[in-house]
Amino acid sequence: MSTSLLLLVLIALLYTAGIYLVLDRSLTRVLLGVLVLGNATNLLVISAGGPFGAAALVGRAPEQAMSDALVQALVLTAIVITLGVSAFLLSIIHRTWALDREDDLTEDTEDRSVRRRLARGDQVDEDEFDTAGCEATSDTDDERAGSVAPAGGPA
Amino acid sequence: MNPASTLVESLMPLTVLLPLLGAGAALVLVSRPTLQRVVSVLVLVAVVAISVVLVAGAADGPRVVTLGSWPAPLGITLVADQLSTIMLLTSMTVTLLVLLYAIGQGSSDDDSRTPVSIFHPTYLVLTAGVANAFLSGDLFNLYVGFEVLLMASYVLLTLGGTRSRVRAGLTYVVVNVLSSLVFLIGIALVYGAVGTLNLAQISTRMATVPPGVQLAIHLVLLTAFGIKAAVFPLSAWLPDSYPTAAAPVTAVFAGLLTKVGVYSIIRTQTLLFPGDTVARDILMIAALATMVVGALGAVAQEDIKRVLSFTLVSHIGYMIFGVALATPAGVGAAIFYVVHHITVQATLFAVAGLVERVGGSTSVTRLAGLAATSPLLAVLYFVPAVNLGGIPPLSGFIGKLGLVEAGVQDGSVLAWLLVAGAVLTSLLTLYAVAKVWVLAFWRPAEALPAERSDDGGYEGGHPVPIGAGRPRPGASGAGSAAYSGDFLGASSSVAVWRPVALPRMMTAATSGLMAVGLSITLVAGPLYTLTDRAAADLVARTPYISAVFAQATDDRVTR
Repeated sequence: MSTSLLLLVLIALLYTAGIYLVLDRSLTRVLLGVLVLGNATNLLVISAGGPFGAAALVGRAPEQAMSDALVQALVLTAIVITLGVSAFLLSIIHRTWALDREDDLTEDTEDRSVRRRLARGDQVDEDEFDTAGCEATSDTDDERAGSVAPAGGPA
Repeated sequence: MNPASTLVESLMPLTVLLPLLGAGAALVLVSRPTLQRVVSVLVLVAVVAISVVLVAGAADGPRVVTLGSWPAPLGITLVADQLSTIMLLTSMTVTLLVLLYAIGQGSSDDDSRTPVSIFHPTYLVLTAGVANAFLSGDLFNLYVGFEVLLMASYVLLTLGGTRSRVRAGLTYVVVNVLSSLVFLIGIALVYGAVGTLNLAQISTRMATVPPGVQLAIHLVLLTAFGIKAAVFPLSAWLPDSYPTAAAPVTAVFAGLLTKVGVYSIIRTQTLLFPGDTVARDILMIAALATMVVGALGAVAQEDIKRVLSFTLVSHIGYMIFGVALATPAGVGAAIFYVVHHITVQATLFAVAGLVERVGGSTSVTRLAGLAATSPLLAVLYFVPAVNLGGIPPLSGFIGKLGLVEAGVQDGSVLAWLLVAGAVLTSLLTLYAVAKVWVLAFWRPAEALPAERSDDGGYEGGHPVPIGAGRPRPGASGAGSAAYSGDFLGASSSVAVWRPVALPRMMTAATSGLMAVGLSITLVAGPLYTLTDRAAADLVARTPYISAVFAQATDDRVTR
């Protein structure tokens, strides 16, 4: 099986960019990263189909000269799936924006509760454990916890 | 072809089609909640019935359907062998019971005006995806099945769009999208290496691929499935995302989603890459780490839902252990364990939903005396909990014993380590569930620290706090649903938590789940024979491959 070197270089570049973006804290960038990674993977699938050739329409070209139509079908499916997932991601990113006015994947609730407990000298703060209570405690910053949800704080 | 086998084969696609059509019907019926419920229940009852027929049909060899009558390597095949039919029957039974539980919750919440009507269509789409994944005989179709069920799970997990759910949903969606991309990379590599995506054909051609390339492809696929199954280094997303969802959603997720990942790992290990020792060792170490780390996590938690999420992760390790052994005994025990674990874990999450409703909280620091106020609930928790911990007469013990036996038979150092790890995990699990039992159910309600109960505001005049839970930290604050297990999580107006009697339908559905779990114990003998036969077929590989190619009368190989 042979494939185009240029395509491979492009795939590598896209993966690099995609991974860089996904690791970002900004949710919009994570979404962009997912899209770029999706495209990189689609190109990888295309390149798995072997060398390029004529369109796979019977009668237009001899069978040996045709390119593999299966990978194109796979990629089409994958593109549709990526589209749906991106739409969903976009909608929940918008929802986070509507709730918190920010576009940041902030630190873990659990991490923060551990830190607070340590700061308070091992006094267990059950409010943090109660996952149901997450709505009342701010998911963002320690300072905000005071202003947004007075109930969450120990004071 | 005799009529019985054509019947089985014509029923197979229906397990995917019926839920999808039902989802469409349920979507049309959004304004008619009762009819919508009837449709979803009927569809799932039909699917369970079909699954029973399929289990019987697959007893004497895998059944194959080629969709659109395209012969095997060209078209998409559905294959129902013993493994997939057992998985299908178990998961569909649990799905049906959880649906009844959800309906019970919906009607006792009286939320006819809230937009949860999307629940039923999405739930059915999830079912279709699960069925498709189990029956698929084609790697890409497996991917599509995964995507269908994941898409539905994204919607179910973020139902209502509250802050905590959106937050948990983000982690869940991003992790799963990435795992799907890894899966797609694996598919591209497989296609590049062997030029086919038909599982049976891949398995015959994979032997000609250089070992290094084989290992690379194998590990890419295992990574993808490992994320979905929540195997240790890839499991961190699960305890963060599951506990925030609505109780029925968590129950069905815990029962099914990770098990689809486990199913795919079983297929990869037995059909595609048998006898790969490097991957085998990696899997065994991962299994050990999953068991022990998960169980330690469970011990450290104080919220029942989080305890259960960690035991879920931990017990995935048992299944991976059996699969990694790759002997008929190991794989058979693993399949038995999957069946046991799907039902038990779903039951426990359903019980957690009931506890939340009755006690007003799922945190063991705020619950007490549940055994006195609600003995039925106590039984509902106790039986599956000790079953999970592996107390002798129950199916959890039988599954663990089978795995330990298989490990001892194997005899390698790693296998012995895993046996020790399995026993330790069993004890730790027992400790974690017993802690919940002692604190939430057994200790008297008066034992609760007083400050915990007086700021919750029992203005309704209930002198004895049943579970001295508060609806939210600071009940008069922002979050104010009477209990957060309801579908929307937020909204509603009452800030005061009132003790709620056990809702009848939810309790009945949970009892049904528990009964299924107990019946697994009762029929453990025949079931174990069945799973052993399934495992023998899987390890032998030939029944699967020859069944697929028997269909391919016109075996013009692509490429």
